[in-house]
Amino acid sequence: MIYFDNAATSWPKPPEVKEAMVRFMDEIGANPGRSGHLLSIEAARIIYEAREALSTLFNVKDPSRIVFTLNATESINLALKGMLRPGDHIVTSSMEHNSVMRPLRHLEKKGIALSVVPCFQDGTLDPKELEKQVQPATKMIILNHASNVTGTLLPIREVGRIARERHLLFLVDAAQTAGAYPIDVEKDGVDLLAFTGHKSLYGPQGTGGLVIGENVNIQDLTPLKHGGTGSRSEFEEQPDFLPDRFESGTPNAVGIAGLLAGARFVLKQGVESIRRHESQLIEKLIEGFKDIPQITLYGPEETKDRIATLSFNIQNLSPSEVASLLEEEFGILCRPGLHCAPSAHKTIGTFPKGTVRFSLSTFTSDGEVKQSIEAVRHLLHQKD
Amino acid sequence: MVYGVILFPSIYFALRAEKKSKEKGLSVRLIPVPRHLSSDCGVCLRIPWEEREVIRSLLKEEKVKMEGIHLLE
Repeated sequence: MIYFDNAATSWPKPPEVKEAMVRFMDEIGANPGRSGHLLSIEAARIIYEAREALSTLFNVKDPSRIVFTLNATESINLALKGMLRPGDHIVTSSMEHNSVMRPLRHLEKKGIALSVVPCFQDGTLDPKELEKQVQPATKMIILNHASNVTGTLLPIREVGRIARERHLLFLVDAAQTAGAYPIDVEKDGVDLLAFTGHKSLYGPQGTGGLVIGENVNIQDLTPLKHGGTGSRSEFEEQPDFLPDRFESGTPNAVGIAGLLAGARFVLKQGVESIRRHESQLIEKLIEGFKDIPQITLYGPEETKDRIATLSFNIQNLSPSEVASLLEEEFGILCRPGLHCAPSAHKTIGTFPKGTVRFSLSTFTSDGEVKQSIEAVRHLLHQKD
Repeated sequence: MVYGVILFPSIYFALRAEKKSKEKGLSVRLIPVPRHLSSDCGVCLRIPWEEREVIRSLLKEEKVKMEGIHLLE
């Protein structure tokens, strides 16, 4: 079997992720920071270490500025709904996932104005086009770092610079890049970074977080949830300090134990080295597919402009037909359809049909890429 | 040895204080909060009383929020 659906969730995970979770269940298990006994402290220590490992990964100076959530979607919801008020204006791109578009369309009905900057057909964005959309009421820019459909990288560093110059907040959806492509919140000028744990950080599902930069006044950011934090128990008001202000309720501590192991795996491998491996593989895949005339490829040709996610279509076949043939006959698991990003498909011209998507990981081998190219060739041969 | 304790608004700061102090070779330990002192997260950092100013400035630098330093009777 070949698993090419890593953009949905990475699999397999490094063995130490499962081991860390089993160890948590067997030896720790307690509620972090709620009780003060040995096991409660150990549970809190795991979460502390996870915050620190992620701070190293994203170059966050103060680990308390990372708050844990269930996933990138929750982080994006927290940042958008917590920060925007009626009368504010926000700028985004036409390549966004519904995790961004749906909260924005919801906020539009509440009096928040939205501008969607069109991207080119390969999903790339001209920062100058984005800057043209900035208005006096603009409060924030939100962009995905890389498209979940085409793998196209957006120029976050250039946009980060624009945001700094114009005194706007810059929110980046790093669901597809955290762990797979270098992110430095300071150099990239990112004020709010939403990430998920279960993709290129190799943690389990149900883990994610939001980096809240020094430029963000946390009193202006309304929590999504209010509730118990294990701190300030004598007061009925939400704590006003990080990370507790945004972490009400018992966290997914066993999941965070796995995320810690995943983040440490990424730090040990090195993001640059993971990136190099994945780039080489996606280049081979693109090279292999380019020679096949019945295949249409989407996204940038140059690997430096993309991550290891590739969308394509095969002439006269629907994406779901291709995906089921690949699974049934060749054991290749991939994703067909719209990938929760209708606006991105309209941009690249594949709406409503969608695309077939192959998404690789650090565990993808050269052999798997070769086999998949062969599989597609066979499939075309059969259909002739 | 005379000890003191530092109280924190939450467990995050207690753990950060412990880690940053140990990295500097200071002999500190997380202990349950003594009954006569109140705290929320249930743990505080026991420190050598004579090191309190060194630790206070270290923790300030490391952005650790504190809720007071008390002499441990």
